[in-house]
Amino acid sequence: MDFNIEDVFRGEKKAVAHALNLLEDRRPASLEQNKALIEKLSNNARPSRHVIGITGPPGVGKSSLMTYIIREYRSRGKTVGVITVDPSSQRSGGALLGDRARIVHDPNDDGVFLRSMAAGSHMGGLAWRTRHCLTVFEAVYDIIIIETVGVGQSETEIDQVAGTVAFIVQPGSGDILQFMKAGIMEIPHVLVVNKADQKALAARARNDLMVARTYSQSALEGWELQLVMTSALEGWGHKELIDVLERHNMFLSEKGILEAFRRRKRIEWVIMLFRERFGTFGFEVLGGEEKVRKMIAQEDINNPLERLQALEKKVFCNRLPQRAQR
Amino acid sequence: MTASVNHPKDRPWLMRAYSGYASAKESNLLYRSNLAKGQTGLSIAFDLPTQTAYDSDDILAKGEVGKVGVPVRDHEDMELLFDQIPIEKMNTSMTVNASTAWVIALYVAAAQKQGADISKLRGTTQNDIVKEYLSRGTYIFPPKASMRLTSEVISYTVNQIPKWNPINICSYHLQEAGATPVQEMAFTLANAMGVLDAVKESGHVKEEDFPNVVGRISFFLNAGIRFIEELCKVRVFTKMWDRICEERYGVSDPKMRRFRYGVQVNSLGLTSQQPENNIARIIYEFLGVVLSKDARARSVQLPAWNEALGLPRKWDQQWSLRLQQIMAFETDLLEYDDIFAGSKVIERKENELEEEARAEIDRIQEMGGIVPVLESGYMKQQLVESNTRKLRQIESGEKVVVGVNRFEEAEPSPLTADTEGFFYVVDDSVEAEQIRILEDFRLRRDKEKVARALDHLREGIEKGKNIVELSIECARSGVTTGEWGKTMREIFGEYRAPTGVSLVAADVPQTGEAGKVNERVRKLNDKLGRNLKILIGKPGLDGHSNGAEQIAVKARDVGMEVVYEGIRLTPEQIAESAMQEGVHIIGLSILSGSHLDLMPEIVRNMKKRGLADIPLVVGGIIPEADMEKMYHAGVKKIYTPKDFNLNDIMNGIVDVVAQANHVEL
Repeated sequence: MDFNIEDVFRGEKKAVAHALNLLEDRRPASLEQNKALIEKLSNNARPSRHVIGITGPPGVGKSSLMTYIIREYRSRGKTVGVITVDPSSQRSGGALLGDRARIVHDPNDDGVFLRSMAAGSHMGGLAWRTRHCLTVFEAVYDIIIIETVGVGQSETEIDQVAGTVAFIVQPGSGDILQFMKAGIMEIPHVLVVNKADQKALAARARNDLMVARTYSQSALEGWELQLVMTSALEGWGHKELIDVLERHNMFLSEKGILEAFRRRKRIEWVIMLFRERFGTFGFEVLGGEEKVRKMIAQEDINNPLERLQALEKKVFCNRLPQRAQR
Repeated sequence: MTASVNHPKDRPWLMRAYSGYASAKESNLLYRSNLAKGQTGLSIAFDLPTQTAYDSDDILAKGEVGKVGVPVRDHEDMELLFDQIPIEKMNTSMTVNASTAWVIALYVAAAQKQGADISKLRGTTQNDIVKEYLSRGTYIFPPKASMRLTSEVISYTVNQIPKWNPINICSYHLQEAGATPVQEMAFTLANAMGVLDAVKESGHVKEEDFPNVVGRISFFLNAGIRFIEELCKVRVFTKMWDRICEERYGVSDPKMRRFRYGVQVNSLGLTSQQPENNIARIIYEFLGVVLSKDARARSVQLPAWNEALGLPRKWDQQWSLRLQQIMAFETDLLEYDDIFAGSKVIERKENELEEEARAEIDRIQEMGGIVPVLESGYMKQQLVESNTRKLRQIESGEKVVVGVNRFEEAEPSPLTADTEGFFYVVDDSVEAEQIRILEDFRLRRDKEKVARALDHLREGIEKGKNIVELSIECARSGVTTGEWGKTMREIFGEYRAPTGVSLVAADVPQTGEAGKVNERVRKLNDKLGRNLKILIGKPGLDGHSNGAEQIAVKARDVGMEVVYEGIRLTPEQIAESAMQEGVHIIGLSILSGSHLDLMPEIVRNMKKRGLADIPLVVGGIIPEADMEKMYHAGVKKIYTPKDFNLNDIMNGIVDVVAQANHVEL
């Protein structure tokens, strides 16, 4: 490693970027190095960090909303790391990462760092890279925001990496109906009706969602899905949104849910890495996905890459005798 | 209806040339000399900092001061620009959009100082913000605020300067951005409807005056090489506008419903290969907009044959003017009635275009009209997709461009043989001089008066007072363009428009050449360990982003991960983004001619962050003569409009990245 890890912890952007570049490297030769890096980063994760997932359909104004969220957190003295995830083309493997262009931020501010990522070939939408890179952000920034396009599975996946999930909709778009039908209602902790300057439509959206909320299961016991109205256009609602996000974080830590969540997050990370490597075949060899999950849960999982290696060994051991029988 | 030669000859269209450069003083001399030669109107080009409301010493203005037009920073600049020119007698056309309210305020203040009767002023402000979001890029504020500004300029002029044309709605730039004729018509008419609706809603114009508002709206069109289709396009435009004015706005006077339009024929389609062929292109394109008497352009600007190579000289512009004069005065065109009236073939094509345009307008109205549709990125995405399709057709040879993808072999051209001193170049010392003048002005003025005027601006806007009137007070009090812009940015917020790029979904199967590039990218990805990541954006204030967008889409289509950062980037932003994103390469597009000013700054900022090893490639209008300097500054590859084959460009990028990372492919 030709850089100083202390510089990363101090939030020097050049070092942070370097660490991210290393962790994105998928060459087998880089595995050992990355394992060591993740170990160090995990040990230095900020206990007070808050990982927030922002998701919602295209066109609801996520990026302009992000501008205000970042600004508001900065004015409250918090540092902010942002990961934006865009889909990869299944055909070419390429990706257009266009969010950076729309999030207004100050390049001279050392307390803000933005990184765009392609979802890669991974089905659900959040790249394995996202989880790798998250370890860097968790060791450096107070607030970490992961922005994804809310289509298909990415909502469920964001639930596995973010402590607080906010879902953004816009009034009068049909998104809200889709949202209720799709049953995604169970995932977010905060619902944001953006572009609420469209007064009449926004009021209706609010009513619909209030009604829908009473029928849906809460994402978390003791936490009622919060509804916030914002307007990026007229520049209001953001303070209230941040208040709600902070309240949710407080709720998580007071209830002691946070630690359990972080642990579960790491288990799912190993599961994802394992699935990418061996597919369903791997789970079969080790007796099914649930069994694998239990196996992981029994051990200390500060370093998911290490756990993956342990599982790899098991797969090969279990597999080889069978092959010998043939 | 039969064609007849017995009619009095129709009047020819207005022949305009767009000018303004370096400084108010020099532009003033140029205008005075043109007026002395008998030119009747002035068409003023402003530099990009004026168009985006920055002062000359703003970091974003670096390299842009006096480049594409004249810098106007305060009332003294405007007074100097019209020194010894009686504003009251002038017909002045001004290409300004986001900062229209400010520029017109400076103009009114200068006129008043000359003792002019404001109500007698004549002229045009472009004042069309929609196409700025979609193509030209000099927007500042969010769409809704921009619509308010546009509408207030209109209500101010309708009430105070009744002969003024407050808005010139442009489909020109939409075609440049890739619009098909149908998209051009639909987006432009939806735009006009949005503007008129905004004026109506504002309540600032009396109901009985509203037909005058409708009657003062004019349009600015583009004409492409498919000239029969273009001819039908202008005919349909005329018909549809008439109907919209009558049915939607209840305008009963047919004169007020007339589709008044000016044209500049397509200059983006002009080629740098065998550039003499462009004369033929210019003439055919010209035909589309003058042949129909019933839908003839009111004014025409023809580009110069060598525009694809650099800024044209006076002689080049003269040649284009002569093309128009020959058409108007030598040929018999103006002696006939509408020569297509009754043509079945033309009528069929017209009906087809009209039907499709109407359907598209309905779609936009269903989505809530122009403002929400702009915010959603829908139109931009449609344009980027159309443009991608067009470029693919040129690349595959399906669309023939003579001298570019067919009949490339050519005799050496005597016209371009002598390239020494061929192009008009802006003097480097202009920027420093302008900054000096501005600093001097700031010292001389009454600071308290400035602060008070800006406070009034802020308070007045809150109370719903007319922004032009408030800005006139600012102008008189010595507020600078940048100060006005800063205050307005604080009030309305700054906007980053949807780039449309990330919404472009359809990537074609990667076969043939593109498939091979994709293979190379994948191979390189494996060797690098992470996917080839490229940052694409535009430094400086020039907002013509079509080229950058197409490169971004293409790079995605051949398998690269593209951070598309859009327009108006400072050197610092570029370096910082490259670092935070961990890209392998940076691709920049520069068209305004400020490449030599910007490049060293960008390289310096990269070095500061230890990024000297990230290669830079540049695309744009870069004259041969500057290339050596660019390579010297650290640029690895330069692409000019000559390089139309996008696969070649992508291969070049792969090569540069491989080399920079010491990888063999």
